[in-house]
Amino acid sequence: MTETAVRVRDLSRQFGAFTAVDRISLTVARGEIFGFLGANGAGKTTAIRMLCGLLMPTAGEGEVVGYDIYRQAEDIKKSIGYMSQKFSLYPDLTGRENMRFYGAAYGLKRTVVNDCIRSLSEHLSLSEFIDRPSGALPVGWRQRLALAVSLIHQPQMLFLDEPTGGVDPVFRRRFWQVLYRLAEEGVTIFVTTHYMDEAEYCDRISIMHQGRIVERGRPPDLLKKHKAPNLEELFVSLIGSREVAGA
Amino acid sequence: MRRIRHITRKELYHILRDARSLAIVLVMPVAMTFLYGYAINLDIENIVMGVIDLDQTQHSRALAGCFYHSTYFSKPQEEMDPTDPERVFREGRASAVLVIRSGFGRALERGNSFSLGLTIDGSDNNIAGAVRGYAGQALNYFLRDRLPPGAKLPGVIIAPQVLYNPDLQSSHFFVPGLVAIVLLMISALLTSVTIAREKETGTLEQLLTAPVKPVEILLGKILPYVFIALFDGVLVLVFAKLVFGVPFVGSHLLLLGFGLVYVATALSIGILISSLVRTQQVAMMYAMMFTMLPSVMLSGFIFAVKNMPSLLQYLSLIIPATYFLTVIRGVMLKGAGLGELVIHGVFLLVLMAIMIGVAAAKFKTRLA
Repeated sequence: MTETAVRVRDLSRQFGAFTAVDRISLTVARGEIFGFLGANGAGKTTAIRMLCGLLMPTAGEGEVVGYDIYRQAEDIKKSIGYMSQKFSLYPDLTGRENMRFYGAAYGLKRTVVNDCIRSLSEHLSLSEFIDRPSGALPVGWRQRLALAVSLIHQPQMLFLDEPTGGVDPVFRRRFWQVLYRLAEEGVTIFVTTHYMDEAEYCDRISIMHQGRIVERGRPPDLLKKHKAPNLEELFVSLIGSREVAGA
Repeated sequence: MRRIRHITRKELYHILRDARSLAIVLVMPVAMTFLYGYAINLDIENIVMGVIDLDQTQHSRALAGCFYHSTYFSKPQEEMDPTDPERVFREGRASAVLVIRSGFGRALERGNSFSLGLTIDGSDNNIAGAVRGYAGQALNYFLRDRLPPGAKLPGVIIAPQVLYNPDLQSSHFFVPGLVAIVLLMISALLTSVTIAREKETGTLEQLLTAPVKPVEILLGKILPYVFIALFDGVLVLVFAKLVFGVPFVGSHLLLLGFGLVYVATALSIGILISSLVRTQQVAMMYAMMFTMLPSVMLSGFIFAVKNMPSLLQYLSLIIPATYFLTVIRGVMLKGAGLGELVIHGVFLLVLMAIMIGVAAAKFKTRLA
């Protein structure tokens, strides 16, 4: 196991003539909570998909948990968990059935899966709705369930693509408490968001705009550097000035 | 293996918990069998035939009665106009007119030759052909009854013997074929949406973040439908027996074995389509297009493959129903055995292997 969870250089992805991700470079240390910020359409989801082995990059190089993203996608998949911004569990299956299914998909033994379900259910307070069809659950509960499924194989790294979209503040707070605890246990967390209060919880952030990383660093350092009162102001001024310059 | 088993179980949950797919599984095969079984009926009955009896003897009346006695002919609703026999054709009230000139009774008593007039509306050539055949038979029966015992019918006659389907009932020919078509359609329809649906809902993206191989996904998705389709096959066969009285001469087990291979081939068509397209709607459209039309027209379901132009004959070789039709008709009607049919099974297996191979190659573990 390496101390660097993600190491990426000049990673790019083009869709036809459109460049969704334009030569981004970044490193994420093990056990870090890394925030990936940007407006809608900035290229966050494309970037995260390339890191998870879901999408082939068109250029650049990268390593995730020590494996090459081109050649060792299968090894990466075994060691990471992924939660997409869209609810993507089977809605007609219950939470438990979804977890069992993914447990088997990761090749885990039945007893191991059952133990994992028990402990996740306890940590994420799932017990009251784990046996209901997941599609019928309120959004906040669904997100927790999706998180539980992405953790079923105890991954060393977690990719979360706007995990708290459409969730009320109380649920968001609880969700982040869980992320903190995971980070303390040594799980690296790579999370995209456009909630700036969530960005403040991150150890380090990078801000993406039109496929490029335009700023990066620890939140307090960035505030000092740009003399901004909070991350929201910083984000708006950074992106806003570029929109004007670009227009 | 464990992954395949769990994907299979998950698919079963999807089917059992979705009313729409349950309906496809349970209602559609039966409904289709009924519909096709009754609609595609080449047995022609109740042909309306008018009789113009100018002889007016007991013999001429007995002859007319002999025709109407069978289920093949029935009387027109109005009286015939002896001066214009064709009027009933133009008005569409009858398909044939039998004219018995005067002198028929006398000729019959004396054993003289006599010719009856039979005018047939040829605009529907199926009916016209049937009228010719049936009328000849009816006349033979009539004459045989009236000849003294032991007398021979004049001239040389052919004594045809029809094997396997002695009554020449078209349901015996169609219903086994129907099993083939229904199985193919249901199988292809069911599987064609499975992967496409996961693409639409985004669940495939989640599944692909797990270390699952394409072939595991494909096989896991095919497996549950093999059992479902076989169940449907049995359902349709039971209906064939109860409703249409189709005989089953050969081995049930042998047919089940071939059914398994055939269904798996049909499912591979669906899986192949599903792995290539993005939406359920397109998948269903292709599934219908690629299974329904070619199988009905080119497999020998209605038209014999041997009578087709050679290009279409080659085309029929890549249609799975072509092989299964021969097998199911052979087993059900003729009692054919494994030795005679094994080659068809081999062809089906080859088709299946090709389709699954292409599907696995085309199915990407990365998104486009």
